[in-house]
Amino acid sequence: MSIFRHHKKIETHATLLLVLSFLVVTIGGIVQIVPLFYLENTIEEVEGVRPYSPLEIAGREIYRREGCYVCHSQMIRPMRDEVERYGHYSLAAESMYDHPFQWGSKRTGPDLARVGGRYSDDWHVQHMIAPSSVVPESIMPSYAFMMNRVLTRADAENVRDYMRVYRLLGHPYDDEMMENAIDDFFAQADAEGDPGVVDRYPGAQQRNFDGQPEVTEMDAIIAYMQMLGTLVDFDTFVPDPSR
Amino acid sequence: MAEKPKNTPGGKKDDDVPTTGHSWDGIEEYDNPMPRWWVWIFLITVVWSLGYWVAYPAWPGIQSATSGLLGYSSRANVATELEEFEARNEQWFAQLVEADLDAIREDPELHRFAVNAGASVFAAQCSQCHGAGGAGVQAQGYPNLLNDAWLWGGTMEAITTTVTWGIRNEDYPDARWSQMPAFGVDGLLDDDEIDAITQYVLAMSGQEHDEALLELGAEEYEWNCASCHGDDGGGNYDLGAPALNNQVWFYGGSEEDIRHSIYYSRFGVMPGFETRLREAEIRAVAAYVHQLGGGQ
Repeated sequence: MSIFRHHKKIETHATLLLVLSFLVVTIGGIVQIVPLFYLENTIEEVEGVRPYSPLEIAGREIYRREGCYVCHSQMIRPMRDEVERYGHYSLAAESMYDHPFQWGSKRTGPDLARVGGRYSDDWHVQHMIAPSSVVPESIMPSYAFMMNRVLTRADAENVRDYMRVYRLLGHPYDDEMMENAIDDFFAQADAEGDPGVVDRYPGAQQRNFDGQPEVTEMDAIIAYMQMLGTLVDFDTFVPDPSR
Repeated sequence: MAEKPKNTPGGKKDDDVPTTGHSWDGIEEYDNPMPRWWVWIFLITVVWSLGYWVAYPAWPGIQSATSGLLGYSSRANVATELEEFEARNEQWFAQLVEADLDAIREDPELHRFAVNAGASVFAAQCSQCHGAGGAGVQAQGYPNLLNDAWLWGGTMEAITTTVTWGIRNEDYPDARWSQMPAFGVDGLLDDDEIDAITQYVLAMSGQEHDEALLELGAEEYEWNCASCHGDDGGGNYDLGAPALNNQVWFYGGSEEDIRHSIYYSRFGVMPGFETRLREAEIRAVAAYVHQLGGGQ
């Protein structure tokens, strides 16, 4: 066909093909991606969403380290069957402090976006130690070793470093949060700890999650599990249907 | 050997088709046009995309993207779909809420609805602890719902209350609450007394036991345990105290398990569903649990 005649010049000239391909991909990328940063209705501010507390960051890092995202998604899609099973569909704002986000698309296990408050700490401990003892059909491996991994001051300092980076990325950690990062890390795993951690991170769960005197990885992962999806109050939040 | 005529796709002889002009070791590449059907499909997809841009949200503007003539929105769609099912179930939910709890199972149609709706609520909300089939987790304290041994009662009303407010949670002031003392840890009883009570409970449940300790055991049981678990070990639904005179155990019924329970005390928790489920769903799941086998 004649309109493709000149195409031959491009197809037979490697450099020209490269330059023009690059141009097409660039324009396509700009048109698709850039508007998402400025369009009003793609940036939805939602009350209640806050950056993670220090212990939750530790839990989240364990979640990433162990590759939980390989089998668990954290995004309830806006479909009836998902909403009926897991709760209100996820909002973009709910993962605004996730680097990287944990949405995922592989569900060997259930979605965890709203797992917070659904089960007791004891259940989580039991389930992490021996998943099939509480859910016989589960093929999840055991994470019993988390009970023995005691978190030390060095781990808390590591989390504070994460917070410094997050702050650079624009997460609203204020000076008070940074100063108290290490204390908050340990206080959150102690029911009698400084209640300031809950003031600084509203909706954070504060108690001894795994029932052991030390702060372990089990405390961290359960602290993270128990807050997932609990920050937005859907009694008062009315989603804009056009988004 | 005679030269075979070389054919190109479309049945044209090779002489009719020009080559690209490339030649490597005598291998040449024909310069056939792309198949007509392929080119047409390509052009149709280009036209299709124009229609798509008009019909669906597509091009970004300054304030918002074009919303499309079909008004597609995944959020609005899910809301519509939920409303649709809501409308279909409305009359049943209304009947469930209005019905007297015990009357639900006397209306076969309503009961069928309740059990089916309850089964799906159970699968989503309850099965993780009570098991997909309701058998609980033996010896871990997650109660079996298939038998007639109940902690807080197995009537429709008792089950509904338990599901609504939960057990030993901080979320609802109406949550069922009781706490067995940790007789050993808190130093309420010494080791000998705990051993004796252990033997007495073993005897009560018809297991092998040490006769010599029964007298002390009976005395200590009466002082320390009978007020909740009953003189005969029959338990007490008002206090969530399990019966001890049968073979159903929440944390195991061996000598070691019983001793551990007395020494450290063990009890479970359950979340309340008052804000998670609507009243009709709570009643439906209660009806489901009630008919699993042990409903009173």
